Amino acid sequence: MASLKDATAIVGIGQTPFAKQLPDSEKTLACQAIIAALDDAGIAPSEVDAFASYTMEETDEVEVAKAIGAGDVTFFSKVGYGGGGSCATVAHLAAAIATGQASVGIAWRSRKRGSGPRPWKNTAVQLPTPAQWTRPFGLLRPADEIAMLARRHMHEYGTTRDHLFNVALACRNRANQNPAAMMYERPLTRDMYMTSRWISEPLCLFDNCLETDGALACVIVSAERARDCRQKPVYVHSTAQGLPAQHHGMVNYWNDDPLSGPAWTAARHLWKQADFGPQDVDVAQIYDAFTPLIPLSLEGYGFCGRGEGGAFTEGGALESGGRLPINTGGGGLSEAYVHGFNLINEGVKQLRGTSTAQVPDASTCLVTAGEGVPTSAVLLRAP
Amino acid sequence: MADATTEQEPLLTPTVDDDGAPFWQYAARGELRIQACTACAELRFPPRPCCPHCQSFDSEWRRMSGRGRIWSYVFPHPPLLPAYAAQPGYNAIVVELADAPRIRLVGNLVTAPDAPLNSIAPERLRIGAKVQVAFTTLDDGHTVPRWILERP
Ligand SMILES: [Zn+2]
Repeated sequence: MASLKDATAIVGIGQTPFAKQLPDSEKTLACQAIIAALDDAGIAPSEVDAFASYTMEETDEVEVAKAIGAGDVTFFSKVGYGGGGSCATVAHLAAAIATGQASVGIAWRSRKRGSGPRPWKNTAVQLPTPAQWTRPFGLLRPADEIAMLARRHMHEYGTTRDHLFNVALACRNRANQNPAAMMYERPLTRDMYMTSRWISEPLCLFDNCLETDGALACVIVSAERARDCRQKPVYVHSTAQGLPAQHHGMVNYWNDDPLSGPAWTAARHLWKQADFGPQDVDVAQIYDAFTPLIPLSLEGYGFCGRGEGGAFTEGGALESGGRLPINTGGGGLSEAYVHGFNLINEGVKQLRGTSTAQVPDASTCLVTAGEGVPTSAVLLRAP
Repeated sequence: MADATTEQEPLLTPTVDDDGAPFWQYAARGELRIQACTACAELRFPPRPCCPHCQSFDSEWRRMSGRGRIWSYVFPHPPLLPAYAAQPGYNAIVVELADAPRIRLVGNLVTAPDAPLNSIAPERLRIGAKVQVAFTTLDDGHTVPRWILERP
């Protein structure tokens, strides 16, 4: 059986500025990020023959391909479940390229969440059919849905608001080192955290990701082709998607074990395909739309035992120099919330050695997608 | 602001599908019923066309005692839709049913079936607290379950 292990590499990354409000359209931002990524790789747009995106992306591949001047496109895919699909874009392109269906793949995300419409301003979008069991009761937003799990995790395992603060602080501290981050030079203190307003109690303002306009993209080619590109290749070592048995959207309250989420399913496959395990991960980019996703993911991906995700954050474990530095660009909490794509590009920067919060000699990086929804993850490896 | 907006935009009501319709029809009669497989008797929620346990397409709706325990709870704060923002400090809870702890329903803890979503003091909410179902009919005619503490 063919293996995807190190068969492909990310050879280009690009991004636009991140801000609460950008003048350009989502389509323009998408094209800017993609052209920047291709330029980074030293590959002409006419050579692009594969695209992968994930749902809640308004700019379709047909628009992007035409706008940037792509050639004939022979592979395109769109992964479901919003932020759960970010890493799967890389996975799908890696599979397509490794099996000869395409040669140059683009994954991207363009969003105007900072200035665009939001669900709580629009009654109609609150009412997809599956929401009949939740929304009428005022469980309206992803923050409410995850807060429900957070409260239960606190009850079962003694996870505290200080643990969640540790997550928010680690991300903010890294953003403070990253001039491109929305929270650059805006430090966070425990007092600010503990006295901020509630969004969905037990989650406060700083437990929630930013609202960001911006776009990012990356370029994937075969490992062989990568040797001729402008940048040091970052190999796609292992990939996985995860949709657990009995799963139900972001309100995963209806299975036997709601606190064991999609991360567990993705992790089993991810590690099975890899040459190394959680103890060998130098740096991790963990999807952080909400702080509780970090302890849940730390447990799911095997960095600690079940229920130990809160305690894992103690003693600076998530900070630079700690046991597992996370979200070294600032993450969705403090760099930009672009449905997790900034985590992919930050993983590439770490393995190139160009992060603004560089982990010395980092050679392995875990990147994860949204937890709580059907998810995906990639392990990246330096040459 | 609250009064005018609430009248214009009521609480959300369920967008019902074929699988879910019986739940709401029984609710309108004041009954909490959960879909059960006729072949293997396993309960399932949310309702679905076939049984994930034995793949049978035959189901019935089994009446529950209506007793449960709070599994978790949150207090959503703004930004919210106006009808919910008009009830500051309201709660949303997940109840695990006494008859079937793996069947959990999202709902609201209130002091009486027709009381506002924020009618009960927040400090009364506790994981594990015993609750009993009650039903309320919203302005547009939809009937939805509410939850009341067994020991008020
Ligand atoms: Zn059955």
